[in-house]
Amino acid sequence: MKILVAVKRVVDYNVKVRVKSDQSGVDIANLKMSMNPFDEIALEEAVRLKEKGLATEVIAVSCGVTQCQETLRTAMAIGADRAILVETTTELEPLGVAKILKALVEREQPGLIILGKQAIDDDCNQTGQMLAALAGISQATFASKVELSGEGVKVTREVDGGLETLSLKLPAVITTDLRLNEPRFVTLPNIMKAKKKQLDTLTPESLGVDVSPRIKMLKVCDPPTRSAGVKVQDVASLMDKLKNEAKVV
Amino acid sequence: MTALVIAEHDNQHLKSATLNAITAALGCAPEVHVLVLGSTCSAVASQAAGVQGVSKVIHIDAPDLTHPLAETLSAQVISFLKSVGSTYTHVLFASTASGKNIAPRVAALLDVAQISDITKVISADTFERPIYAGNAIATVQSGDAVKVITVRTTGFDAAKEGGAPSAAVESVQPVSHPALSEFMGQEVAVSDRPELTAAKVIVSGGRALGSQEKFAEVLTPLADKLGAALGASRAAVDAGYAPNDWQVGQTGKIVAPELYVACGISGAIQHLAGMKDSKVIVAINKDPEAPIFSVADYGLEADLFEAVPEWVKLL
Repeated sequence: MKILVAVKRVVDYNVKVRVKSDQSGVDIANLKMSMNPFDEIALEEAVRLKEKGLATEVIAVSCGVTQCQETLRTAMAIGADRAILVETTTELEPLGVAKILKALVEREQPGLIILGKQAIDDDCNQTGQMLAALAGISQATFASKVELSGEGVKVTREVDGGLETLSLKLPAVITTDLRLNEPRFVTLPNIMKAKKKQLDTLTPESLGVDVSPRIKMLKVCDPPTRSAGVKVQDVASLMDKLKNEAKVV
Repeated sequence: MTALVIAEHDNQHLKSATLNAITAALGCAPEVHVLVLGSTCSAVASQAAGVQGVSKVIHIDAPDLTHPLAETLSAQVISFLKSVGSTYTHVLFASTASGKNIAPRVAALLDVAQISDITKVISADTFERPIYAGNAIATVQSGDAVKVITVRTTGFDAAKEGGAPSAAVESVQPVSHPALSEFMGQEVAVSDRPELTAAKVIVSGGRALGSQEKFAEVLTPLADKLGAALGASRAAVDAGYAPNDWQVGQTGKIVAPELYVACGISGAIQHLAGMKDSKVIVAINKDPEAPIFSVADYGLEADLFEAVPEWVKLL
């Protein structure tokens, strides 16, 4: 069984972005870029399933600009067997990415498709669910445990108030939450090996997918700033402030 | 223009997040309907009919809607939308674990983009939503005929519940469809505390608590005295000090209580993204340089193991 994993190149989670002064967007020039952390967890899970002998091949996919190749090389250093870049300079929305992935699912026929639950740049949390809908298959979002067996997969999900367990027919889409696993560190020998692995480049057009944007970004602003308040000396003065100034206790 | 809000409930009561979504819907369109999908959930339908601003409730009841599976629910929503032609210009979900699970499936099946986590309605097609963990606010305009939206509950007041049901409740027959997934079970903690996203006061703990036992021992008495919900930073959840559904932050729960008390939380941007809209923030931390102090209204530089019990005694 093949596993397809989608990975996105995003601004590193440690970098605080700045809004451009003309409000046209967020300035990401010269910032450190990394693989979306949730996608790293997705990839780790796929590689572990292969290591357990439950999958035969792990294919990493990224959609976007040429530089996504770096993200795919990292994916192959973590353990993906090969990679596909669907290259475009169009600003992609989750619906467009889901359509691209659906076309690749038809080509590659994976048993499982694993994605991060959300990208930390646009914070959309949509692509996995949209792919499952377009492909007409089942989904388990926000996974914290994945147990694969024969014809199906049992997934424990993080939901409001606790955990929920679902049983899905394959093929299925899984999106990962933080507690699913702890991704491994990439080693130098594996980085070297990844350079020799196969990386194919396609385009949305060659897959027959229309990725034109549906949403217009009118402007991007700074959030309202919250200024630091005061430091209090002790618990008694904290109580006093909360009672008499803020009136919340 | 009519907006349709998909109700979230446990087949007995409407979840409060739906009330916030109704307020957002009233900003999108002059008329708001609520769709209640569930199993023997007529109590929820009549509760929804009593919410101010709701002019009609559609109730679809089927045994396989007991647990809101994304595949089943989205199939019902889609067949209902198709049966009423182009009545609805907006379809809204609360941005909860359930709403986030189902809404994109509905959007994809309608071949429209989804606008996630809106915090403000500018006009019927233009919305504000936070990006990059709330470090930027984007104003976006949708060109699709139907806008599928998830609503960040902290951005909108809850619609008032008016007592006697005033809107008409219409029953619609469910459609049958093949089951792609099956509900196996759930582990949901039963607690007398207020729900995290609806609580007026939240006491939240970080890695500094050191263990699951200490987390409970130190923070529970304070939460009890303040009538608060308990929350946690990602570090505390990852370390196993607190359950995962307590996580406050960019990818956890977004909260905006009247009072947020952060104990031993350093304040990574991902955590601040989940709580910086709180009305009053109190931070208790030993480290004077902790970033949490930059958003706190009242900062107490102290050892939480001494300060918190001392505070409990004063309450």
